[in-house]
Amino acid sequence: MTATADHSAPKAASQRNSFWRHFRYVLASNPVTALAFALFLLIVLAAVLGPALVPYDPLATNGARALQPPSWQHWFGTDHLGRDVFSRVVVATRLDLTISVAAVALSFVAGSVIGSLAGYYGGWTDRIVGRGLDTIMAFPLFVLAMGIVAAAGNTIENVIYATAIINLPFYARMARAEVNVRRNAGFVQAAKLSGNSDLRVLAMHIFPNSLPPMMVQISLNMGWAILNAAGLSFIGLGVRPPTPEWGIMVAEGANFIVSGEWWLALFPGAALMLAVFTFNLLGDGLRDLVDPQRRT
Amino acid sequence: MTLPPKVRLVGRRLLQAAPALAGIIIITFVLTRALPGDPAVYFAGPAADEASIAEIRKQLGLDRSLPVQFVSYLRDLATGNLGTSISTGQPVLTEIVTRLPASLELTLTALLLAIAVAVPLGVLAATRPDSWVDHLCRFVVTAGVSLPTFFTGLALVYLFYYLLGWAPPPMGRLDILFLPPDRVTGFYTIDSLLAGDISAFGSALAHLALPAVTLALFTLAPIARMTRAAMLQVLGSDFIRTARAAGLSRRTVLFGYALRNAMLPVITTLGMVFSFALGANVLVEKVFAWPGIGSYAIEALVVSDYAAVQGFVLAMALLFVALNLLIDVIYTLVDPRLQLEE
Repeated sequence: MTATADHSAPKAASQRNSFWRHFRYVLASNPVTALAFALFLLIVLAAVLGPALVPYDPLATNGARALQPPSWQHWFGTDHLGRDVFSRVVVATRLDLTISVAAVALSFVAGSVIGSLAGYYGGWTDRIVGRGLDTIMAFPLFVLAMGIVAAAGNTIENVIYATAIINLPFYARMARAEVNVRRNAGFVQAAKLSGNSDLRVLAMHIFPNSLPPMMVQISLNMGWAILNAAGLSFIGLGVRPPTPEWGIMVAEGANFIVSGEWWLALFPGAALMLAVFTFNLLGDGLRDLVDPQRRT
Repeated sequence: MTLPPKVRLVGRRLLQAAPALAGIIIITFVLTRALPGDPAVYFAGPAADEASIAEIRKQLGLDRSLPVQFVSYLRDLATGNLGTSISTGQPVLTEIVTRLPASLELTLTALLLAIAVAVPLGVLAATRPDSWVDHLCRFVVTAGVSLPTFFTGLALVYLFYYLLGWAPPPMGRLDILFLPPDRVTGFYTIDSLLAGDISAFGSALAHLALPAVTLALFTLAPIARMTRAAMLQVLGSDFIRTARAAGLSRRTVLFGYALRNAMLPVITTLGMVFSFALGANVLVEKVFAWPGIGSYAIEALVVSDYAAVQGFVLAMALLFVALNLLIDVIYTLVDPRLQLEE
């Protein structure tokens, strides 16, 4: 008993060490990936600590200081109600990230289950799932999301569900393909012969092996999910006006662009862009980390 | 069967669109009837009482079973009856048909513009790896997927309208000085030319420029990325090496052999590009107050105008199927390998 424990502990430690060494190696060889990780930490920090750090109350209006350009006092200027744009942009991080993380998590879980079952059992399960996914893909995805939110009701939860549904085909197809190629692999047959049930083999043996490419997909997908959620709130779905959110802030700022007050729309738009950019870079970096053969 | 094989292949592609159409009709039905939220309450308006809601429910046929409702929905679709918009009082079909050319003009111009820029860019980047063109291509691709369309649009408005004064204000398709040209195609640029009105053409073109560029910037990224990747792959293949070794000119190798083969995966990705472009089209229409079906849908969403939104989703989905079908047919005609099969 002690012998095995002694034997396995150093092995696990060395495995972890080699992962970190590889991680450091990838970061050092591609400074852009290092930058992406740094930006990612910054965004997470803003989402977690944002409301505690900002200099002004993001909802406090001040008619006397409306539409002021950026200054030392208000880094990103003030909007038409005199609210501090910097505070609103930082505080909005949490809501935007929550919506897209929740949507991506939902479609990852649902897509993995549906796709794995289709890939493992094949036949009719596969055909029905494939038809269903094709039907979702037969719509322009953003338009489908609009339709879903309009039909189900204009709330943040429904924006999350709609974003999850339009992302579902990507995960389900990927899970299906990854499970399908491993369906008859040696280790799967060994697991079956040792008396594991189909579902157990699928969940404990096949699925964990298809996780790495799925993680890359998640990161690449996060950016797109953020864009979609912000697009929906830009056209007035989901988030209600006084709430700080990037899409709706750009929509409010849009009315002032033609009269030259650029800072209302620029800063929330730039924050949105930075977040999407970070997740895209992170996805490329993760791909390097997970799959050295597909380096670009 | 004496039909030439290409015609038969095209016919089969047309048949393959049938399941997609069926799926679209079912989903649009489900979206309005089976989800939580009662259409009768919306149609009755905010001031309605129980009795009038029940009356409207009966009038709409919502008290019947779902299969019966589905059949009557199919019958309505077949006769072109998409219901009446509660905000404008007009039949939804009329509104969509009137507004569709504006959206089509914008989307098609943007797509052509994107293809015209992205394909040469991708080819140049693939033939000169690690040159400045390659870096430019990579930059455009990364920026294109990260930039929210509505944000690019606003940035262009600020730059070209407010700062430089080159572009007209971002409202609509024509200056208010001009009357819309006689409707032939519904595309203002073409109609004004047909009417021989050069100044109206200029105004229509100026109004079209910024929205089209905004949408093109968004759509050219995936096309350029795919062209570059496909060209790189083809240029590294054996038959290109053979063609070069046989002493064919650089031009023949590049355009006669490489580009024709590289175009096939690019044409396939266009389907996904259309999906993004039609979605982004809605956002661009809002930014530029473009009177297309996207703006119509946004106005309808604000007042929970069910029939209008449903008609919009249906129209967009049909447009998407039609565009994909067009691409499939082109693919069938372009791909030299398909002729040899069967």
